[in-house]
Amino acid sequence: MSAPTARDQGLYLDGVSVIFDGFRALNNLSLIVAPGEMRAIIGPNGAGKTTMMDVITGKTRPTAGTVRFRDRDLTRMDEAAIANLGIGRKFQKPTVFDALTVFENLELALKAPRDPVSCLRWVLGGAGRERIEAVLGEIGLEARAGDRARVLSHGQKQWLEIGMLLMQEPDLLLVDEPVAGMTDAETAQTAAMLCRIAETRAVVVVEHDLEFVRALGRKVTVLHEGSVLAEGPIEQVQEDSRVIEVYLGR
Amino acid sequence: MSLSLPGADAPARFTAAEWRRAVLLAALAAMLAVPLLNLLPEGSALRTSDFLVGLAGKWTCYAILALAIDLAWGYAGLLSLGHGAFFALGGYAMGMHLMRLIGPRGVYGHPVLPDFMVFLGWTELPWYWWGFGSFPFAMLMALLVPGLLAGIVGWLSFRSRITGVYFSILTQAMTYALMLAFFRNDMGFGGNNGFTDFKELLGMPLSARGTRVALCVASVLALAGSYWLCARMTATKFGRVLIAVRDAESRVRFLGYSPTAVKLLVFVLSGMLAGLAGALYVPQVGIINPGEFAPGASIEAVVWVAVGGRGTLFGAALGAISVNAVKTWLTSFAPDLWLFALGGLFVAVTLFLPRGLVGLVRRAPQ
Repeated sequence: MSAPTARDQGLYLDGVSVIFDGFRALNNLSLIVAPGEMRAIIGPNGAGKTTMMDVITGKTRPTAGTVRFRDRDLTRMDEAAIANLGIGRKFQKPTVFDALTVFENLELALKAPRDPVSCLRWVLGGAGRERIEAVLGEIGLEARAGDRARVLSHGQKQWLEIGMLLMQEPDLLLVDEPVAGMTDAETAQTAAMLCRIAETRAVVVVEHDLEFVRALGRKVTVLHEGSVLAEGPIEQVQEDSRVIEVYLGR
Repeated sequence: MSLSLPGADAPARFTAAEWRRAVLLAALAAMLAVPLLNLLPEGSALRTSDFLVGLAGKWTCYAILALAIDLAWGYAGLLSLGHGAFFALGGYAMGMHLMRLIGPRGVYGHPVLPDFMVFLGWTELPWYWWGFGSFPFAMLMALLVPGLLAGIVGWLSFRSRITGVYFSILTQAMTYALMLAFFRNDMGFGGNNGFTDFKELLGMPLSARGTRVALCVASVLALAGSYWLCARMTATKFGRVLIAVRDAESRVRFLGYSPTAVKLLVFVLSGMLAGLAGALYVPQVGIINPGEFAPGASIEAVVWVAVGGRGTLFGAALGAISVNAVKTWLTSFAPDLWLFALGGLFVAVTLFLPRGLVGLVRRAPQ
């Protein structure tokens, strides 16, 4: 049931269940995301999208099932270890450091020793500067590098946060509702940005906004009551009668 | 950001950094002038009074304490309401040295024991007084003891993720507990009388003008050094991590930094700086007693920082000096009004000057 490359290298969830006080937040969920793949995940409220993210990032332990990434068992690792393994997660609400500039925000996210003494002696080298400038380009904030994050728009803060995740060079990026509260123009820019980012790594996007998911134009997984209801291109999924019943037809 | 002094809107002749350096150098020169002009012959028009030198020395020590509080509160978001304890511990370490230097000149004439120990009928020096005859040892203890206390309190709090108002209450309780402890005679720190009647320091009589000028100059230089240290530290990535911890601690943790380690380091350094301030303060005022641990003293020091402008080192030092100048002036004719004035000042600054006095001269951010 699995492509060998995905099982060895990508994200592999098999028969995952999470039960909170008798409530099945995830019910025998199976999902494979290949390296470099971009996947959109949709589903009505309570379908288990956020719980699935929590299980992958180690915030929630599954009651049953297998969760592997690059052939490592994620259920035995804590949040920091999973982040270091190469899984970056962007939360719904952007939390950037308002009092610092865009450049400084990215600098804090740059891979470097994290202990206080190293931070005191830290000098940004040429390679680090290039890396920050590359990410500034990827998120389209080159012109705002010297501005404090507090003056950015909501959409720009989301991009900065995505940029901070990119600084950590993740192999898999989990993005939770990236376009909530964005203008149409920002939504379109975000779709283009995520597609560009997905050229070099796997990206999983959880989103309500179907226009946005259509703009991504990739494979879609529909969750319902904690398991996969349908999977395929957005056009095909939208035709699925079960999907229409639980989600689109409301 | 630049200072909006006359001409600042004209084509800039000085950069913001040059303005800042000029203001700092002018402040340093003015603060050094106060003690040095005291050395002029009596009757000279430029001569500063002994009274002013005494005040300047005290206020300079308060400014170092304010820097210490600002480093923890303004940058790392740790509102300590117990920094007076670190200040007092530094003061007690210096006081112990000064007591040992009194030697046989005490009232009871005992060659080793301070008067209060003779009075209590003690026959030998307690072990924790050993070594305080040495000035370097006493100075080391003035830094290490407050640093150790800050380390213990900080480690216990930060490890358990005690933040915000709970941390403030904890530090307030810490200084109160120490005050009660130091009031006890059998602690061996002179009980409620503390230490006084000091004679000399480094071979110089404390009553001599030259000594008082030297102490004031030493305090100003210590303030300048502390300022330089804090400015250098907050300009590094460590400083930016501090600000990040202050504004969004959980996000910092998620980036892979340990907020516990970051806060612990800054709190220990802050405690040591407060201890240095206390050690410089005691020989200049000539007394140290448990009153320095009073919770109100710590709160007052926090008000200085708020008035000057928290999160700016210059503001912290300016706040300490200006609030104390007002205090000296007001208490000279209406001492009962001071606490009301202090409370009113805090409310007024919070409502109308959230960025403190420094916010008045700084341009609003674009």
